[in-house]
Amino acid sequence: MNIRHLLLGAAASLALAPAAFAERGADGHVSIIYWQAPSILNPFLSGGTKDIEAASLVIEPLARYDQDGNMVPWLAEEIPTVENGGVASDLTSITWKLKPGLVWSDGSPVTAEDVKFTADYCMNEEMGCAQGSKFQGVKSVEVVDELTVKVTFEGPKPFPYGPFVGAQSPIIQKAQFENCTGAKAPSCTDANFGPIGTGPFRVTEFRPNDVIQMEANPNYRDPNKPAFATLTFKGGGDAAAAGRAVLETGEFDYAWNLQLAPDVLANMEAAGKGKVVAGFGTLVERIMVNLTDPSPNLPEGERSTRKHPHPFLSDPQVREALSLAIDRQLLTEIGYGQAGRPTCNVLPAPAIYASDVNDSCLVQDIERAKKILEADGWVDTNGDGVRERDGVELRILYQTSTNAVRQDFQALIKQWWAEIGVATELRNIDASVFFGGDPGSPDTFQKFYADVEMYANNFDGTDPEAYMANWRCDKIASPETQWQGENVPRFCNAAYDALTDAMARTASIEKRAELAKMMNDILMQNHIMIPLVDRGRVSAHSNTLGGVVLNTWDSELWNAADWYRIK
Amino acid sequence: MTDTMPSNAELEAIRPPRSQWWDVWDQFKTHKGALLGAGFFVLVILAVVAGPFLWHIDPTYIDIRARNQGPSLAHPFGTDQLGRDTFARMLAGGRVSVAVGVTAMLLSLVLGTAVGVLAGYFKRLDGPLMRLTDLFLALPLLPLLLVIIMLFRDTLRAAFGPEGGIFILIVFVIGITSWMQTARIVRGDVLALKEREFVLAARSIGTPPRRMIRRHILPNVLSPIMVSATLGIANAIITESALSFLGLGFPSDFPTWGRLLFDATDYLQQYPERVLWPGLAISLTVLSVNYIGDGLRDALDPRIRGR
Amino acid sequence: MFNYTIRRLALAVPTLLFISLIIFLVVTLAPSDPTANLPLSIPSEVRQQIREALGLGEPVHIRYLLWLEQFFWNEPRHLLEEAFGWNLGAGDEPRILSWQTRSPVVDLILERLPQTLWVVGSAYVVGVLIALPIGIISAYRQYSWFDQLGTFISMIGFSVPTFFTGVLLIVIFSVKLGWFPSIYDTTHKVTDFSSFMFQVRQMVMPVSVLALYNAAQISRFMRASMLDNLNQDYVRTARAKGLTERVVVLIHVLRNSLIPVVTVIALGVPTVFGGAIITEQVFKVNGLGQLLIIAIQGGDVPTVQTLTFIFAVLIVLFNLIADILYGILDPRIRYD
Repeated sequence: MNIRHLLLGAAASLALAPAAFAERGADGHVSIIYWQAPSILNPFLSGGTKDIEAASLVIEPLARYDQDGNMVPWLAEEIPTVENGGVASDLTSITWKLKPGLVWSDGSPVTAEDVKFTADYCMNEEMGCAQGSKFQGVKSVEVVDELTVKVTFEGPKPFPYGPFVGAQSPIIQKAQFENCTGAKAPSCTDANFGPIGTGPFRVTEFRPNDVIQMEANPNYRDPNKPAFATLTFKGGGDAAAAGRAVLETGEFDYAWNLQLAPDVLANMEAAGKGKVVAGFGTLVERIMVNLTDPSPNLPEGERSTRKHPHPFLSDPQVREALSLAIDRQLLTEIGYGQAGRPTCNVLPAPAIYASDVNDSCLVQDIERAKKILEADGWVDTNGDGVRERDGVELRILYQTSTNAVRQDFQALIKQWWAEIGVATELRNIDASVFFGGDPGSPDTFQKFYADVEMYANNFDGTDPEAYMANWRCDKIASPETQWQGENVPRFCNAAYDALTDAMARTASIEKRAELAKMMNDILMQNHIMIPLVDRGRVSAHSNTLGGVVLNTWDSELWNAADWYRIK
Repeated sequence: MTDTMPSNAELEAIRPPRSQWWDVWDQFKTHKGALLGAGFFVLVILAVVAGPFLWHIDPTYIDIRARNQGPSLAHPFGTDQLGRDTFARMLAGGRVSVAVGVTAMLLSLVLGTAVGVLAGYFKRLDGPLMRLTDLFLALPLLPLLLVIIMLFRDTLRAAFGPEGGIFILIVFVIGITSWMQTARIVRGDVLALKEREFVLAARSIGTPPRRMIRRHILPNVLSPIMVSATLGIANAIITESALSFLGLGFPSDFPTWGRLLFDATDYLQQYPERVLWPGLAISLTVLSVNYIGDGLRDALDPRIRGR
Repeated sequence: MFNYTIRRLALAVPTLLFISLIIFLVVTLAPSDPTANLPLSIPSEVRQQIREALGLGEPVHIRYLLWLEQFFWNEPRHLLEEAFGWNLGAGDEPRILSWQTRSPVVDLILERLPQTLWVVGSAYVVGVLIALPIGIISAYRQYSWFDQLGTFISMIGFSVPTFFTGVLLIVIFSVKLGWFPSIYDTTHKVTDFSSFMFQVRQMVMPVSVLALYNAAQISRFMRASMLDNLNQDYVRTARAKGLTERVVVLIHVLRNSLIPVVTVIALGVPTVFGGAIITEQVFKVNGLGQLLIIAIQGGDVPTVQTLTFIFAVLIVLFNLIADILYGILDPRIRYD
């Protein structure tokens, strides 16, 4: 060990970010495990989180979100705004400027042509681009000069940061993908498995659904980064095995999304080989209430449609009682531990969008729930423990996807509902069916052939406009739309629709926040959905891996260039 | 045993003629393993049938303050992560697991033996039946199950209620997807048996095929069938737990041994006793069925019976 | 026997075509969906576009015929071109593309074959090799302590599922003792002795889990069949002739007892190529079993269809081999 290394060692013990002093590749090898294996490294062909995050080591967007949800320029010089002239004052266009001197990992320069090509690539209709919604409303993308590109929208776009922002929408190299547009996109296997990028690493071997080998990008813009010369990205197995490999055996340095029971995770962490990190985003585990009648006695095509209101869940008092009977604090403690917070909102973050007027639901109140039902005429007259009114009994079919935590939640909630005189039948469905859109299957979450169902949902980035528009009347899933549509409770309210229209026209962030909160409150106070837990992301890294900053707004591997080995 | 023999013989002399089944039972009784196995199996059945009447804790009742407890007087097998009593869950789970295991095993055995004997004995049927077997062996299980759920779950639920309907569905699904091995094995043995001298002799005196199969073929293929039965019951219990993850099984709060074992695997390090109970229950049940099978096979073999 | 083999082989073609159609219908009818694994933030219009780009808009019979063409005409030509460098004009013809990885399914299968054969294949060989002697000794010394122990272990081996034994081994040998890696490295290449030892170390746990399971099953059939034959008249005759016990048991009885065992082994060989879904998942071997299960979960019809069909070919083939072996083991069995 020479003097320089000794000095470095001293620096490492003093400074928080010694990687800045290190050389590229000085720290050897780093290994990452995702229990879902990446299938492809082209986010435009697969929208799966695992694929997007693996690709984020290689290809990068113009701007991304940091750990606090702030937008930071990445390949762009700065974030265009109305103030700095980057966004037109009529909100119909946005102009991005690339950082000068950027090169791809093959050494060729990154130009505005590449950015424009990326947009054209995804907007080609024959391709079935998985990130198509990022480019929604884009009229054209023009190259202004070598480093400047202008995106023009069809109308005013108050939030113009859809295209090229976040891990979902990175820039790909025109030279590599030029002959892979439209219907030919899937046939370019080599490009899809080994995109040329600007990120800290480049692919040396890709085995789909198994493992990726990478090495440091020799042309990365910061000559001292990344600290690791090589990287292994292993996929497959289950969350428990991934957690074990990092926290107990120390075989891997980083494990993604460890959805495990809190005591199991705590026990693994106690082995002392690594740390668990948690961060919060917008993911909310919620119970959706079916406002329409899912009875199997109705003819096919009328079941779970607005033709037949639900016999008792269309009664807001019943929905309120169901919500009141739930102890969200306990659910969080049992299911998510430090990776969850009880919530009463379907829009819990970012902070400016989070409403605080619904927080009374945080306290379980079985007695009040009973009173509400009684006052509303729901009483148990025949002594079977289930309340009824006019011959309608409060019997609920409660479905969700198969997942250990969800099944525990089902069992707990079933018991609480039994206490207030509501009988529940539980059903769990394989996730590939439940979340699949097959209109022939009776078990999809959109078809909703049950009274209530539980799942989690969130949105990309920090802007909730599209997310809140999910519950408009025209998004109701119905036989006419082949059961496609995000509005699964079949909620329809003209005032709500008007608010979403208003948000689409409003640019001021404060006004947008106010509108979003109003929409959230309408949904919550009508108990259209019953939010349970604001779910964070839990990951783990070994004690020797430094520089990890968990980011729930973007790819978790967003700052892999800054990772280093603690010696 | 030798000193009791004469007295037995004396008794037999004064008794009226006995049916073959008495001989079988006598031989069965001398097989220690079989008696032990049968005893244990009866005990398991008694426990799961009568147990819930004696042990009053509801297997689905959640006592959140009492979660993750070790064995105690109130909870002899401890409690799970939601504070449900493991002993009650074992009893309730055993009822389903044993019922599913035995019925599904019987179904697959009957199907497999029938197909195997028919294919092996009748040359005309061999081709079609074996190609059918190939088809069933090749069918991808998971997609097939998903299709079956989609097509039949709601109909059966309407006809037999949520639990009865699902029970029928599970038994049917396991039976229909696990008979092929038995069929192939039985057919192989029948092909060889058919050419043996005693079969030729029986056929030459004009024994009709039905009696041939009943008297001469079936008793001689009994031992592989018994092995299939033992393996089949284990297979059915495990498969049932796999089915519930597809949403085909019983509702998620409904315990079964396979499910308890799967749920406990995550807690292997913290609460090892939790995997022990279902693991032991399944293994010992299968072991006892195996010994019963051994005893039955010996008892039904006339060459051994006289020994 | 030769005629019979030829006839069976000829019959196999329509049989397999029919099986492929049934498989296709089952896989297509199944309600899983290729967009099910995508985050819910992707809206339904985009999902619909993705489905259409995958060809899901076409009617079922067109999709089936397309698959047939790709599997029986395009893929073989591609393979030949790659193997021998010939030009058969297959360069631009569409190959069977997986919906998840958008890459040729056949390439995926070839990439995964090595680790599956290493782990599942050797587990099968090990399983058979320990099952046969255990079965023979258990039968010969029926109800001895060896037999009782063998029965007990094989019952445990069969009735305790691999999802549990796998995790148990990992907890003991990887977490507590640190002897073996808990995650299989599929990119590892054996070049010298130390890398060979690493390969052995990472194979120990999955191979033992699977071998225990296989051996449990095969040894039971071996034992039962031996027991049936040990009491036959011909055994008594052979002994009376003065043949040594070893010859009687290992030549005469064993040969006659092998029919059910051959059946079971022949049924097991195709499953080797099918991979071991759970064991592969537990140890992250990522072989054919894992490929199949994630393709099923991801609604990846071309991959499931192709894998299952190859599996069907092997089943038909090995059942034919078993039938031929019956005739060799017992010349009295005749099919003509």
